[in-house]
Amino acid sequence: MTTYIIRRILMTIPILIGISIISFGIMQFAPGEPTALDLDPNISPEDREEQLDEMGLNDPIPVQYVRWAGNILQGELGTSFITNRDVGSMIWERLPNTLVLMISSTIMTMIVAIPIGIISAMRQYSARDYVFTFASFIGVSIPNFWLGLMLIIFLSVQLSLFPVGGVGTLGGDFDILDRLHHLFLPALVLATADMAQMTRYTRTSMLEVKNQDYIRTARAKGFKERRVVYKHGLRNALMPLITMFGLLLPTFIGGSVVVEQIFTWPGIGHLFLESTFQRDYPVIMALTMFGAGLVVVGNLIADILYAIVDPRIEY
Amino acid sequence: MNGETVIDIRHLKTSFFSKKTELPVVDDVSFSVHKGETLAIVGESGSGKSMTALSIMRLVPTPNGEIVDGEIYFNDRDLLKQKEKEMFKVRGNEISMIFQEPMTSLNPVYTIGDQIREQLTYHQDITRREAHQIGIEMLQTVGFSRAKEIMGEYPHRLSGGMRQRVMIAMALSNNPQLLIADEPTTALDVTVQAQILELMQKLSKEYDSAIILITHDLGVVAELAERVVVMYGGQVVEEAPIDELFDDPLHPYSEGLLNSIPKIEGTQDRLDSIPGTVPTPDNLPVGCNFVTRCPYAMELCQQEEPRLMDKDSSRKVRCFLHEEGIATDGQQHRSS
Repeated sequence: MTTYIIRRILMTIPILIGISIISFGIMQFAPGEPTALDLDPNISPEDREEQLDEMGLNDPIPVQYVRWAGNILQGELGTSFITNRDVGSMIWERLPNTLVLMISSTIMTMIVAIPIGIISAMRQYSARDYVFTFASFIGVSIPNFWLGLMLIIFLSVQLSLFPVGGVGTLGGDFDILDRLHHLFLPALVLATADMAQMTRYTRTSMLEVKNQDYIRTARAKGFKERRVVYKHGLRNALMPLITMFGLLLPTFIGGSVVVEQIFTWPGIGHLFLESTFQRDYPVIMALTMFGAGLVVVGNLIADILYAIVDPRIEY
Repeated sequence: MNGETVIDIRHLKTSFFSKKTELPVVDDVSFSVHKGETLAIVGESGSGKSMTALSIMRLVPTPNGEIVDGEIYFNDRDLLKQKEKEMFKVRGNEISMIFQEPMTSLNPVYTIGDQIREQLTYHQDITRREAHQIGIEMLQTVGFSRAKEIMGEYPHRLSGGMRQRVMIAMALSNNPQLLIADEPTTALDVTVQAQILELMQKLSKEYDSAIILITHDLGVVAELAERVVVMYGGQVVEEAPIDELFDDPLHPYSEGLLNSIPKIEGTQDRLDSIPGTVPTPDNLPVGCNFVTRCPYAMELCQQEEPRLMDKDSSRKVRCFLHEEGIATDGQQHRSS
């Protein structure tokens, strides 16, 4: 198992290098540059060139890439062009907010999607199944920014049930209930599409499992329906879901960019959008690599879970 | 017939419903099994053998399948009248079942030990450790020399024959009064088949369980069973002690089945077979179900359905050829 995990981690290195080269290139080809926004508009072209020289932005792109990569390898994420602060600490202070959001969304997704998927599958073509199917199509189809705005309008503004945004009441002390109150809507919006998708996957997976011979065996052994479904069915149905989960994890990054913007949630999605508008290359690159790392970690976790759940997998 | 009756099935009818049409897959099936006896149900694919077995367990696939009529007396209780809750105590405990596909009948994500222990602790008031001990003993009984190690193995590490042994061990672990084996050797290769049959024979004596053996292999029947029920198109067409069936089959279908067995002696160029296939439940002919394939079909066979009637004290047949001069009271054909 340990060698398997080590091997899997080593395999991610070329992937990360590839991702970094591609995203570094694309970022450089995008029009605009960090000097365009922030600096004095009356600056002379010569001074501006000097600025760019100083930042190293006039060097050939491969040179810039190697310099950046060298710094990264030394654990140096660089300094933001805009705030002049260390990129590492900028990310570090926003990371907990995003992680809280992502983890709550994941938990929400699992809690809702798996039981509903199972019920749908066990009562295939029942009224309940149709209702859940319909609901999940709506869930997949609704754009999260629109859903977020609608929830804010109705639940927060008109009914005042939830705060409009932020991680907690400003100026207040840390209060877990207050935090959860602020967390609920953004987490729900972030989770909606995945919930809907996971429900469908669970249903499909469970439908396949429920006609397996070992399920009939479990029934013939006299087990009650609940035991048959949850003990003998679910564990088998989980396997394809784990793969899906590994693939869904990175979608939270994309989702968090939108959701954090709408709910003014000071996380890295928020930071990502800001830095992109400002062409703050060191921040963009650091966050891109973070996202890539998360994809890789998501898949790694999926592979490891897979090996734990399914004894037939050899490594 | 000696010994007390373990299970007595009367006029069982199980149907599948598609849209609003009812398709009977088991139609008016009656037979009984006595203590320590092995009864074989033979017939081609689609003759209703497996559905009869699943009906006894009340595990007919839902939502389309349903037991429509009949009684199944097990220890003088009608299983069809029991609440589902009661059935949980019967299945896997008083009546056990072995299936055709040993490769897929064990849950791939749990060890053999998990699966045997679960069945034991679920039905009996014993600890996990005791269950573990019984599990090891059961595995030894079915012929595993490394029983202890096998307890910790996952099903995918075992061969088909080994898995079927595990299934048998599991099925017998709660000392069931009735064991239903649905084509237990069909998926196994020939040498393993013989071992499994031998094992079942040995164990049925040892445990004194009644066995219902479902098969389409008459060789298996000859080996194991004392009595045979021949099914065709969802109905029992003949019931007879094994020797009598082999010596003198009454129903044309039984005769056809026996003729289809290749014979070693004699110079036969072509293997006999019964022409045609079993009609599907939605396509049963008027009159006798077998009329389309029967070499002796008469006009009467195309008009009326024959009834299962007693030929003598131990034999029953559903055929007009044997009907003349015999009281045809189909309602009272329970053997005594």
